[in-house]
Amino acid sequence: MSADVELDRVTIRFGPFTAVRGATLRIQDGEFFSFLGPSGCGKTTILRTISGFLEPSEGTVRIGGRDMRGIGPNRRPTALIFQNLALFPLMSVAENIGYGLRVRGVPAAERKRKVDALLNLIALADQGGKRINELSGGQKQRVAIARALAVEPDVLLLDEPLSALDLKLRQHMRNELRAIQRRVHTTFIYITHDQGEALTMSDRIAVMNAGVIEQVGDGRTVYDNPATPFVASFVGENNPIPGQVAGAANGMAVLETPLGRLAGRNPGGLSAGQAATVFVRPEALRLGEGAAEATFRATVRAIAFEGNLSHVYLKGPAEKDIVLTVGRDASSRVPQQGETASVHFDTRAAVVLAARP
Amino acid sequence: MIESLVKGLLIAAPFAVVAVFWIMAVRERRLAGNPGARGFFQHNGVPIGIFLLLAVGFWAVVMIVLPQLYMVDYSFHPKLPPKDYGGPKDHYTLENYHYFIFGSTTERDALNTTHLRAFFLTIVCSIVVTFVNFCICYPLAYYMAQAAPASRVRLLMLLLIVPFWVNEILRAFAFRIIFGTSGILNNVLMALGVVAEPIDFLGLDVGLYTGLSYAYLLMMMFPLYNAIESLDRNQIEAARDLGAPWWHIHLNVVMPHAKPGIASGCTMVFMLSAGALAAPQILGGPSSLWFTPIVYDRFYQAFNWPQGSAYAFILLLTCVLFVMAVMRVFKVSLGEITR
Repeated sequence: MSADVELDRVTIRFGPFTAVRGATLRIQDGEFFSFLGPSGCGKTTILRTISGFLEPSEGTVRIGGRDMRGIGPNRRPTALIFQNLALFPLMSVAENIGYGLRVRGVPAAERKRKVDALLNLIALADQGGKRINELSGGQKQRVAIARALAVEPDVLLLDEPLSALDLKLRQHMRNELRAIQRRVHTTFIYITHDQGEALTMSDRIAVMNAGVIEQVGDGRTVYDNPATPFVASFVGENNPIPGQVAGAANGMAVLETPLGRLAGRNPGGLSAGQAATVFVRPEALRLGEGAAEATFRATVRAIAFEGNLSHVYLKGPAEKDIVLTVGRDASSRVPQQGETASVHFDTRAAVVLAARP
Repeated sequence: MIESLVKGLLIAAPFAVVAVFWIMAVRERRLAGNPGARGFFQHNGVPIGIFLLLAVGFWAVVMIVLPQLYMVDYSFHPKLPPKDYGGPKDHYTLENYHYFIFGSTTERDALNTTHLRAFFLTIVCSIVVTFVNFCICYPLAYYMAQAAPASRVRLLMLLLIVPFWVNEILRAFAFRIIFGTSGILNNVLMALGVVAEPIDFLGLDVGLYTGLSYAYLLMMMFPLYNAIESLDRNQIEAARDLGAPWWHIHLNVVMPHAKPGIASGCTMVFMLSAGALAAPQILGGPSSLWFTPIVYDRFYQAFNWPQGSAYAFILLLTCVLFVMAVMRVFKVSLGEITR
């Protein structure tokens, strides 16, 4: 059975506050889909709506084509992994994983077989008798996944489950999550504020801000072709240089900025006179002179040496510094603090987006 | 001889308790293991530490242990006029306990059915009252701890607490007014035509059970509320998300978590009901004979303090043993209850 998840103009209000506004998207069966956004952007609200703990104020949630209105979380084909995992501390690992099966009245023998299979899947075989508080953070994580998978949901919902782990473990768990998803072919809907997590794991990402879905696309699209200024600055590092469109042609636009005339791609079809911002990523900036409308000069404020690369902070037109990443090859000379440096970029790597009205 | 021994013991006991507390304090410090941990005196400072030891020692010994020990000692003596205390007629005897079972001090007669019946009825009724109380309080406690908005919790708390500012006796009499044969409830029922004749609620002990349940409502409410409140709401949602119906969640997630609170509340309500005096005297029907009024009568009607002591001691011991047994069955430790 297909288990596409569809949001159709979903709006969710809490009293006068609108948490999610007009969210419309379709998540394919078997997809690893992420909602990415800062805290308070409404992504958890969307997740709770899909899982059934909240009902949309307007619009429809469909799973596998079926309207989910009025169907409680215990009767939806979804399983939710909570941010704090919410494992049952008074039950053993095996009892935790088998809880959903016990609720469904699965006979003990079959339950044990399934739980053992899941313990194998999460590489915790023979540890079913342990107490939850005897497990490490990563193990708890895996138990939570197994507990959710035990009920064979069509859709697995994950609410920032990695946020409590330390960096190393988080990176390891990303790969593990992705591997588990490939093995079980279940739709994963993943909530995170960490763009690294979203980019590495997801097939597609929905970037959210202030209750609105700003862009939906795969990681590369969202990173290289941001649709809005918010997406451009939220996903990855970016240098915004505000200005006014001076001219536009052949899908490119030239901006009049405090740093001179700068050009970039013009996906929004902006025309002369409009207020806009050109975004250039730190790794797209190069030291030295380049083409006329892709070069500017700025004072070096600080240099941060990070081993394999250095960040050069240049005085930008506004308060925020312009960041430039310099690799470690012999050819690149890192400028000194206080120097005025010339910087250029490939105009195809820069993008011009309309300033928010 | 024995008298002076007992007196010596009574004088020595407070010092013994203080010494025990002292040893516990030292031990606690040693058990803490890590050198950074501070002992009892470092933690509280010497003056406050000494005050705590003396105050708790005094409270435990003089207010609790000594009076009870006196009662126990009393219960093994015959009833004597004061001038004979310590005289030749004063001796240790089991006659008070004998009387409880056989209704006489000397011969092995038929069983003392009146007292025995009242005793067992008291225990059984207290269990019923505890159960009723739990059934009333659990849903309310759950609602307040997990479901209700904060403002409503405060309002409910207030509504629960304020009635207990009214004197216990007054509350019991108020129930008489409601449940009496010509009381409010009967009037309403008859006016509505539900019953033709007034129902004798007091005679049927409805008044007694209601009064007792109500009297100790808070004793059940607060431990339950505290225990349920500490449960992470996500666990309830997780269980629900995994497909559990509401009763399954309560039985397997909420109640196991709240077990110490349930045990604590039930213990308190049971103990207090079994030892209740005012409510049974005011609300008890003619056929019901609660055990505590009997104990009361031993003291103040029969002027038989040794016998009253024996009766009180029997009740106390039975209740304690019963509670311990129940806790054993439900695998709750004493330490958990006090949490």
